[in-house]
Amino acid sequence: MSQLEFRAAVRDAIAEELERDPTVLFFGEDVAAPGGVFAVTGGLQERFGPQRVFDTPISELALAGAAFGAAVTGMRPVVEVMFGDFMGLAMDSLVNQAAKLWYVSNEQHSVPLVIRSAVGAGGRFGAMHSQNHGTWFQGVPGLKVVAPSSPGDAKGLLKAAIRDDNPVIFLEHKRLYSLKGPAPNGETVPLGRAAVVREGTDLTIVSVSKGVRDAIDAAETLAGDGLEAEVVDLRSLRPLDLETVLASVTKTNRVLAVEEGPRTGGWVSGLLGMIAEEGLHELDDAWLIATEETPIPYSPTLEDAFLPAAETILESVRGRLGIGSE
Amino acid sequence: MSGRHPEVAEQRPDGQHHAAEGARTFLDAYARMFLIREFEQAIHRLFLKGEVHGTTHLSAGQEAVPVGVCMALRPDDYLSGTYRGHGHALAKGTDPEALAAEMLGRATGVCGGRAGSMNVVDLEHGMVGCFGIVGGSIGAATGAALSGKHQGRVSVALFGDGAANQAYFHECLNFAQVLRLPAVFVCENNLYGEFTPMREVTAGGQIAARAGAYGIPFQVVDGNDLWAVTEASAEAVARARAGDGPTLLECQTYRHFGHSKSDPAKYRPADEVERWLQRDPLGIARRRLLSEGTAEVELTALENDVRERLAAAIEAAREAPFPDPAARRGTEYRE
Repeated sequence: MSQLEFRAAVRDAIAEELERDPTVLFFGEDVAAPGGVFAVTGGLQERFGPQRVFDTPISELALAGAAFGAAVTGMRPVVEVMFGDFMGLAMDSLVNQAAKLWYVSNEQHSVPLVIRSAVGAGGRFGAMHSQNHGTWFQGVPGLKVVAPSSPGDAKGLLKAAIRDDNPVIFLEHKRLYSLKGPAPNGETVPLGRAAVVREGTDLTIVSVSKGVRDAIDAAETLAGDGLEAEVVDLRSLRPLDLETVLASVTKTNRVLAVEEGPRTGGWVSGLLGMIAEEGLHELDDAWLIATEETPIPYSPTLEDAFLPAAETILESVRGRLGIGSE
Repeated sequence: MSGRHPEVAEQRPDGQHHAAEGARTFLDAYARMFLIREFEQAIHRLFLKGEVHGTTHLSAGQEAVPVGVCMALRPDDYLSGTYRGHGHALAKGTDPEALAAEMLGRATGVCGGRAGSMNVVDLEHGMVGCFGIVGGSIGAATGAALSGKHQGRVSVALFGDGAANQAYFHECLNFAQVLRLPAVFVCENNLYGEFTPMREVTAGGQIAARAGAYGIPFQVVDGNDLWAVTEASAEAVARARAGDGPTLLECQTYRHFGHSKSDPAKYRPADEVERWLQRDPLGIARRRLLSEGTAEVELTALENDVRERLAAAIEAAREAPFPDPAARRGTEYRE
């Protein structure tokens, strides 16, 4: 099977949807002529023209407002907000307008828009260019929040997001852009469904985005310790596929949730609460790994210590379960 | 009430009007303004009786702005409005009974009782939405103008003077001008942002002139003069439709009620209020129609007709059922 790079997967998804649906538009800061600061969207303007693919001012609220207004009047805007951290500027239109229209209009009108952003730490970008904004939006009914962990999912989920009739927040981890992997099996990957990306019997590790790669790496090492970890990739934070998580926990009786972000208000805390509510009798152990309750530091030594990584997961599991090389 | 008033915009899609047709057209517009005034007074009474809930922001005194703007629009053009938006929706064609039912929280409301006074949306009539947060209409209309560019339609944002200090205003004016969007930004400057005089919180004291910094044509308009609003709007809409980009109109007007239901508006000087009441947009329109040959009996008959049909619409809305939470729980997403 041919290998697909994550950034090419994103570009191909946008290109294919621009091709198949004339109402799809793509715009954002530096996305058209310059091709995006992470070199994701080059060539799209040449191919589809400046009416459908264009650069915009650095005005995130205008971007979100324009996406909302265009989406309710017949277009399918795909917008890039360069760094997820900038989503605070776009929040009113997304949270108060886009997320609410379907319900408030008595289910007459919906808002088919996608806002995609580069997210995550590890790139030495500092406190305001490294956050994951998924949890900022996870508690907003009407929004969908998607964060792929592989090139195949990035393509399939983004195509599904563009075809979806609801507003979708799409998170692309910076440290996944150069990852290569197989193309998706089908045309699209359904939103709101988790995937078991590694099977195991002794422990369920739940994560999303870059955390899934770390969990898989840790699981491979743990196999050498005699522990078979199952890795569940949530893929969407909203809607949340609790069913797949519970099925895995029922099998393994232990769950670890790993988030690149603070535990207070983090998706891991909510997930553990839901697992406890629905499956307490299945649990022998449940814990989580998250970041310190501080902003993300710049210096490489500080940032590396701050971030959950495969090694963090490995040590946590070994310590918690009393296994390992010693 | 059917709400199917003659669509004034349909008769004059190019923004022009014949002298012979003008009176009839502006007569229809006057009827729409009169409807908005009566509607607001009815909602005020229903609020005092406890039948309209939460809060409500009445637009009495400002009717000439949305009605004049809609004179220049085609039915399929887009309009977005504010939380003071009953008049915006009625001007664009929303059925008064469905709008009243929405205020009353009934299942037959234009949004099934889910939206209430501040968040009405009626896309069937090109009403992209009314927005409960200051400035929201500007973003929505900018986006609708993006669609309009592909669809051959014009999009108008109605917003208040307070919104001119929001990021939405500055970001979207720049955005729309850079992209040459077919948008018209119409500020209803009623001189007060909630309880605070506009001039105390608006640097430079001018709203229209701000457009100049963005290279956008602008005009200060007498917002209580239906003819002035119509003329300025027609010019701005024609510019947008021709692909020449957005315009900012600052329509100066005055609200007869306070900001919201809890506000008696004691911060406004009595002489100022009196001066503006003398310039009531309905009075101005009525006098001009009479001076241009409409008979008093015709106006009175029209007013009585509007009043009677509205009364019937309100009664029908009051008799409509409340939405049953057990029968329809609501879904989060369109599947």
